[in-house]
Amino acid sequence: MTTVPATPTRTVEPDRRLPALGGFTPAVLGIELRRVLRNRRTLAFTLIMPGVFFLIFGLPQGGQSLDNGRPVTAYVMISLAVYAAMVATTSAGGAVATERALGWSRQLRLTPLRPAAYVATKLATAMTLGLLAVVVEFAVGAAAGVRIPAYVWLLSGLAAWVGSLVFAAFGLFIGYLVPAENVMQFIGPILAVLAMFGGLFVPVEVLPHVLQQVAEFTPVYGMGELARAPLTGDGVSTAGVANMVFWALAFGIGAARLFRRDTARV
Amino acid sequence: MTSTHQAVELHGLTKTFGAVTAVDGLSLRVQPGEVVAFLGPNGAGKTTTIDMLLGLARPDAGTVRVLGGTPDEAVARGRVAAVLQTGGLLKDLTVGETVEMTAHFYRHTRPAAEVLERAGIADLAGRVVGRCSGGQQQRLRFALALLPDPDLMVLDEPTTGMDVEGRRDFWQALRRDARAGRTVIFATHYLDEADAYADRIVLVRQGRVVADGTTAEIKNLAAGRTVRATLPGADQAALAALPGVDAVEVRGDSVLVRTGDSDAIARHLLTRTDARDVEITSRNLEDAFLALTTAQQTGA
Repeated sequence: MTTVPATPTRTVEPDRRLPALGGFTPAVLGIELRRVLRNRRTLAFTLIMPGVFFLIFGLPQGGQSLDNGRPVTAYVMISLAVYAAMVATTSAGGAVATERALGWSRQLRLTPLRPAAYVATKLATAMTLGLLAVVVEFAVGAAAGVRIPAYVWLLSGLAAWVGSLVFAAFGLFIGYLVPAENVMQFIGPILAVLAMFGGLFVPVEVLPHVLQQVAEFTPVYGMGELARAPLTGDGVSTAGVANMVFWALAFGIGAARLFRRDTARV
Repeated sequence: MTSTHQAVELHGLTKTFGAVTAVDGLSLRVQPGEVVAFLGPNGAGKTTTIDMLLGLARPDAGTVRVLGGTPDEAVARGRVAAVLQTGGLLKDLTVGETVEMTAHFYRHTRPAAEVLERAGIADLAGRVVGRCSGGQQQRLRFALALLPDPDLMVLDEPTTGMDVEGRRDFWQALRRDARAGRTVIFATHYLDEADAYADRIVLVRQGRVVADGTTAEIKNLAAGRTVRATLPGADQAALAALPGVDAVEVRGDSVLVRTGDSDAIARHLLTRTDARDVEITSRNLEDAFLALTTAQQTGA
């Protein structure tokens, strides 16, 4: 039998001030990151699978060059980095769906945590995981012999990462749309189709003409083009930028509206 | 009158869902330090009332004051904490991580080790939540609620789904925590829980308060007591005319008087009649509960 601890009688009134930043703290971000990195499914789809894809589909094209003389393997690597980042940010944002399904968001409403701080934490988690996904893909590429100028590593990597913000918003949008525990099971295939239209698996130019025209309006197209621009030297088209801005706004606004609906009291 | 606020002040609270009136003009005041049981059958409006009390639902009419402010304010400042049936937990976190994470949402909390100890789950800190039993998860929710050292603790049917042992452990943990000054409101449909752990019982039915008082008062209110005596040739009409008598029944040489004032009836029987073998029995809380919650509504 353990001794029952005497409940301390309160002598000083506890600090009742509101938390700073609505309860957003780096410590919680740390716990969130620990959670996603413990999730085998997330690891498999965001860190391992894109690397393996590179080894299977990219490496055999070693020795081939793009029009400007740069290696095709770099083209494949950057495309797959975009893919890895978008899967990473979508799954981290989509975690909202799981937490709503489990009732955790309701539990959080009994704490001082502001809903905006919760979303900010999810967004920061998504972007950190997205960055990690890009770095891992690039590391696999570099280890497998991809050689490109330093500025291309940097700018392409940055573009792939920033572009994945579109999909962090998409993940949140889906997260607030459907309360389901395994939301990634049906989003995964959707992401693969979008990635195909975005030219991440094969260049958009090899698709049939009609599909090429459709592709330009799909949400991965802009970020794919932007991330590869430093490599190909083709420059960034207005259409590509417009595409990315449009989808970022569409998913961002969509997520914000659903978020407001979710946090409104009944 | 001191300047201290009421712990809870509900006035004319009303909430409808479509054609169903879940809460129907409910008013209630709870003083700081009271331990109040919110007792009623399923669908009586207990959970909806608690949701409004915590700011999770907006009343259609009426006002809610918690510790002198709005529910949102009280929650944000950690002055009120709750254990709800619907509050979920993250299955992939450990018990310790869940407490650690929740603690970061507050400006200041009690130490994690202390709340785990007080909730009786100190030995489970390393266990993944998904592998905890329902009772253990409920005690984790309780530990989370203890973090801000709240002035008001609200529990909505905290032991639903627990086995006997789990229920006992949970209430032991709660009782251990009954720090002087903390107000506790718990909803339950277990009569024994209300009887054993509350100072005051508020009986709700169809969204209204149908009775409110101490456990003893509630028992009396519904059924009072039964005074039985051996009294050959009892004058049934005369007994029925006595003040406080609800019913008189004669069975052979025995007479049974149902009354709200058993002392007066016993005194009358022993001093004014030849009655002997006087017995006084109290109807239990279950009888009171059934009588009050199934009786035709006559207005609260």
